[in-house]
Amino acid sequence: MPDRPSSKMVQPPLLAMQGVKKTFANGLLALDGITLTLPGDPQFLAVLGPSGCGKSTLLRIAANLDAPSEGSVDWPAFAGMGEQGSGLNLGYVFQEPTLMPWATIFDNVRLPLRIRGLSGSKVSDRVMEMLGRVGLRDFARSYPCELSGGMRMRASVARALVTEPRLLLMDEPFAALDEITRAKLERDLLGLWLSSRFTIVFVTHSVFEAVFLASRVIVMTPRPGRIAADLKIDAPYPRTEEYRTSTSYIAQCREVSEALALAMSEDHSCA
Amino acid sequence: MRIGFDTVAPFAVGALFIGVWQAAVQWYELPPYLLPSPLKIAETLVSDFPTLLPSWLFTLKITVLAFLAAAVGGLGLSLLLTSSRLLERSLFPYAVILQVTPIVAIAPLIIIWAKDTTLALLICAWIVAFFPVVSNTITGLNSTDPNLRDLFKLYGASKWQTMLWLRLPSALPYYLAGLRISGGLALIGAVVAEFVAGTGGTESGLAYRILESAYRLRIPRVFAALVLISVTGLAIFAALSLLSNRLLRHWHESSKA
Repeated sequence: MPDRPSSKMVQPPLLAMQGVKKTFANGLLALDGITLTLPGDPQFLAVLGPSGCGKSTLLRIAANLDAPSEGSVDWPAFAGMGEQGSGLNLGYVFQEPTLMPWATIFDNVRLPLRIRGLSGSKVSDRVMEMLGRVGLRDFARSYPCELSGGMRMRASVARALVTEPRLLLMDEPFAALDEITRAKLERDLLGLWLSSRFTIVFVTHSVFEAVFLASRVIVMTPRPGRIAADLKIDAPYPRTEEYRTSTSYIAQCREVSEALALAMSEDHSCA
Repeated sequence: MRIGFDTVAPFAVGALFIGVWQAAVQWYELPPYLLPSPLKIAETLVSDFPTLLPSWLFTLKITVLAFLAAAVGGLGLSLLLTSSRLLERSLFPYAVILQVTPIVAIAPLIIIWAKDTTLALLICAWIVAFFPVVSNTITGLNSTDPNLRDLFKLYGASKWQTMLWLRLPSALPYYLAGLRISGGLALIGAVVAEFVAGTGGTESGLAYRILESAYRLRIPRVFAALVLISVTGLAIFAALSLLSNRLLRHWHESSKA
């Protein structure tokens, strides 16, 4: 379901997917006709769906790591920034922290800048500032194996944001963390998002996580993945822990859960 | 600091073994040309050291040079083979053939073909030593974390950057494991090739000393030469393990306590 083009919109969209289908080499249809637009204005989009519904595939196509089998993908906001892929200024956070184990946290976070050929004290300052924002300033010289799972994920977020991207793609980043660490990281992610204003696409299979974080939730059907619902979450930011227990949060969770249940039931037709 | 039982254990085993050996030789009054006692071997090691030293140094020279050639050449060959799938597919089987061909079978040919014996010995030792480096390093270069590979792709890293900052560091533990195997094999290759080369050449290594002493029934000296070979092998292994631990201690499971 594409967003209606608004006449007020001056910024070109960050991402425009039109009828995207993805079939894997083994014949598996992962995505079946995804049409999705990310407007130029910052938003927090949660992509919600069961395991194996093609959420990760969708994210990989959005990052230009995979090409769609059918349909088109475009990044209008990044047009004229060089070749696709190298010119896309976006961050990607994997399910695992995906840090280089042989490099310090500082070197890990510096990597995207280093690949772009940037160096010098300005880069060091930028890396240290980013580490400070995720609370890892004192761990710059540590190695990933010396850090807890939550801290490693913070380093991964810092690395994704160090290039100041306009689009941050996150693939179930907190799924492997414990409840307490996850809640803390969710709050901190919202803090980063509110202070920098970039767009996040956050893949999750948790209704509660989606409703707590996102301003917009896309519900996907089981394989093959289709967009079953595109919902707005109206609660204002900043969202605190009180929001988690508010009636509006619970009402939103119910609405999204119902949309998810409906999407799951669509499965019977093709199962 | 407390010295743990596991530190003492290998030495205890060694002492027990040598003790039983010494006792058995004395009890059964075995002549030295059948089985010399450990004490006799130690005596020979000291008294014959002036004869053994040049041979030891020669074998050491062949071993170290062959090992260095395997370490450098093996790495280069791995980089070459992994640079293209076609190259790897077409050349790797020949590396395997070289590896599985018994060195004793081809050493005489190499000794005939090579200009001087030292070079021939070097080639033989290198053939034995290079394969574990190549095999391990290729595995390492091809086993980078797929997510990290995607990350490098996402940021538009060049082939050179990906090699230098991702694939080489990922391959380092594998390379070092290959070196540890290769160090011992270089020594074996050097000794075996010397055996085949026999009396050729003016310089002669420990293997030649072993052959010569055996012909003259100077069995204690055979054992003394064997001791030197074993000590060399142990020292090479220890040095490479130390190097490996130094380089990997911050991040790799293999070098954590």
